[in-house]
Amino acid sequence: MTTQHVLSLLVENKPGILTRVAALFARRGYNIESLAVGTTEIEGVSRITVVVSLDGLPLEQVTKQLNKLINVLKIVELEEETSVARDHMLVKVRTDSSTRSQVLEAVTLFRARVIDVVSDAVVIEVTGNTAKCQAFLKVLEPFGIKELVQSGAIAVSRGSKSMSEKVLR
Amino acid sequence: MATETLTGAQALIRSLELLGVDTVFGLPGGAILPTYDPLMDSKKLRHILVRHEQGAGHAAEGYAAASGRVGVCIATSGPGATNLVTAIADAHMDSVPMLAITGQVNSFAIGTDAFQEADIVGITMPITKHSFLVTRAEDIPGVVAAAYEIATTGRPGPVLIDFAKDAQNGKFEFSWPPKIDLPGFKPITDPHGKQVQAAAELILKSHKPILYVGGGVIRAEASNELLALAELLHAPVTTTLMARGAFPDSHPQHLGMPGMHGTVPAVTALQKSDLLITLGARFDDRVTGDIKSFAKGAKVIHVDIDPAEIGKIRHADVPIVGDAKVVILMLIAELKAQMKNSKPDYEDWWVFLNGLKERYPLGYSETEDGKLSPQYVIQRIGELSGPEAIFAAGVGQHQMWSAQFIKYERPNSWLNSGGLGTMGYAVPAAMGAKVAQPDRLVWAIDGDGCFQMTNQELATCTINNIPIKVAIINNSSLGMVRQWQTLFYNSRYSNTDLNTGTDTIMVPDFVKLGEAYGCLAIRVEKIEDVDAAIKLAMETNDRPVVIDFIVGRDAMVWPMVPSGISNDAVQYARDAAPIWDGDE
Repeated sequence: MTTQHVLSLLVENKPGILTRVAALFARRGYNIESLAVGTTEIEGVSRITVVVSLDGLPLEQVTKQLNKLINVLKIVELEEETSVARDHMLVKVRTDSSTRSQVLEAVTLFRARVIDVVSDAVVIEVTGNTAKCQAFLKVLEPFGIKELVQSGAIAVSRGSKSMSEKVLR
Repeated sequence: MATETLTGAQALIRSLELLGVDTVFGLPGGAILPTYDPLMDSKKLRHILVRHEQGAGHAAEGYAAASGRVGVCIATSGPGATNLVTAIADAHMDSVPMLAITGQVNSFAIGTDAFQEADIVGITMPITKHSFLVTRAEDIPGVVAAAYEIATTGRPGPVLIDFAKDAQNGKFEFSWPPKIDLPGFKPITDPHGKQVQAAAELILKSHKPILYVGGGVIRAEASNELLALAELLHAPVTTTLMARGAFPDSHPQHLGMPGMHGTVPAVTALQKSDLLITLGARFDDRVTGDIKSFAKGAKVIHVDIDPAEIGKIRHADVPIVGDAKVVILMLIAELKAQMKNSKPDYEDWWVFLNGLKERYPLGYSETEDGKLSPQYVIQRIGELSGPEAIFAAGVGQHQMWSAQFIKYERPNSWLNSGGLGTMGYAVPAAMGAKVAQPDRLVWAIDGDGCFQMTNQELATCTINNIPIKVAIINNSSLGMVRQWQTLFYNSRYSNTDLNTGTDTIMVPDFVKLGEAYGCLAIRVEKIEDVDAAIKLAMETNDRPVVIDFIVGRDAMVWPMVPSGISNDAVQYARDAAPIWDGDE
């Protein structure tokens, strides 16, 4: 039984870096559960958040291998207790006059938002940890999910320290 | 800072010169043409025109492995670049410092399937330490300097730079030295003092230690330090295929090579040891056999400059990340301090090991078909050439025999393709070694299969006055594959017959082939002619030499641990396992 781990990577924003990172997982047959990439507070530095199902030795090995990549500046594993993680999801749900109010009720309960409405569907935006997002999807499922798109998890440590401290020599 | 207007191509040549590169092996083509023009005028760079880019790659490897300096190869885009791939992968597996320079189509044409376009950066990503695509002339000095630093610092390896044609043609203000911008590259060379202390404690507590020495000791130029450490401890030493020469074979503490075709004393010492002092080795499957049963009773000290090697295959009780030379020196100092209180006593261990050395020396039996014994030929090449020579091997039986029956006394005297197992390595690697060390006698000990993969570089050798000696250990077959077919496939010889022996149609005839390339080429079939042929080769320095040694095809490499099983099952010869003492 493997558990999910959140790895946060600071990388130089250079061509091919995503390929290099993804290839390391692919080479060893490890599945990436989710992946999110974006720029950071430092120019030229991007942050990759990877969620992987791996345990013990393989996780350590893949972390060491990632560290060997020239364009990788820093890697930390973000533990559940000391960090916050959020997924972002857009869901297009089938609705009609009889079901719309039930769907909207679920939206309120999960503190989600409706961002588009047409006669036979709504588009809902929801943010939260993976468990909340999955629970919300379960509630929506009976109405008919026409389309689902989700970002990878993004995560940051709690407290005032920043991952990018002392990264650039 | 004074600047000078240069083209990207001129800047590339100038940067290489300023980095101290003196030789490049390559072959021009469309996308690298701009660079070949200023290369023609360079007084500091010797370019050696190869006949196939793979030869350029292996020559760069041989140059690097023989001298410890960076090997440089150069090719055009597309097929030129892809022909380098095998050599790059080889350098990556064996940690060879190498710069691979390729031309690329114009930056605006990249991604359009332009003529001779290949995504060589993408292709080589998993087999390089790093790779760069350069699309602007002004980036060239910084990238070349960064590539050089990456290739040579920490664990060495190949770095590829792909130069778009317009980057080579563009003009800019050149200045040197450039700023090297590698914020993510911080190799650790100095070990943690506490770890070294822990290692020393473990060593002094052990009763059956062994120094398990890998190629990292050669790359770190730590042979003298290793000798001092081994003699301080009076501990046994085993040198892996990549480390042959890191410790003198003549030294009484040397047990020989470990692994699939290792000596019985080395294989057994590892199995029975209570402490592996691992220096720049990586627990390769060809060394460990079945990993679960490998050295089960041993604790492990693992010294490596690459943190990713530590714990990869085998748990390390004391992991030490650092440069082998630095670590060994610190370990010696620490041991000396600790040995004031307790001196190690390995007397019983040596009684056991010396017994093994006596009972199970390396040996071979004569062939049954009356042909030359390949082991004898190789042994005589080693004995007549002496330890100052350089020996490059291909891959297979002749490689194993060369590792076993030539006695190595110094590092960088044994070159081979250990990790990747690249047939065809020997001739171009020997060529590169001879260029790097022109005063040394350089042998390519090759198989008849390997030789046919890269022998066109004999033309390069003849034309550029690189007088290497090639000994073809001709058993008319893909010998190692044939050996496995004999042992594991009921002697069903599927596609291993090469028809190069004297009792076949002899295609090709290696003597005629050698002569066609301008070499002195002779055939040797009798034992009484072996020495004379080797001496003739050693005396001939106006052209390369090819000796076609016709050897028995049924000779096998022993000892052997069959693939994937426990090293406890080492066989001294076919169906002959060593007999252990009563304490088993």
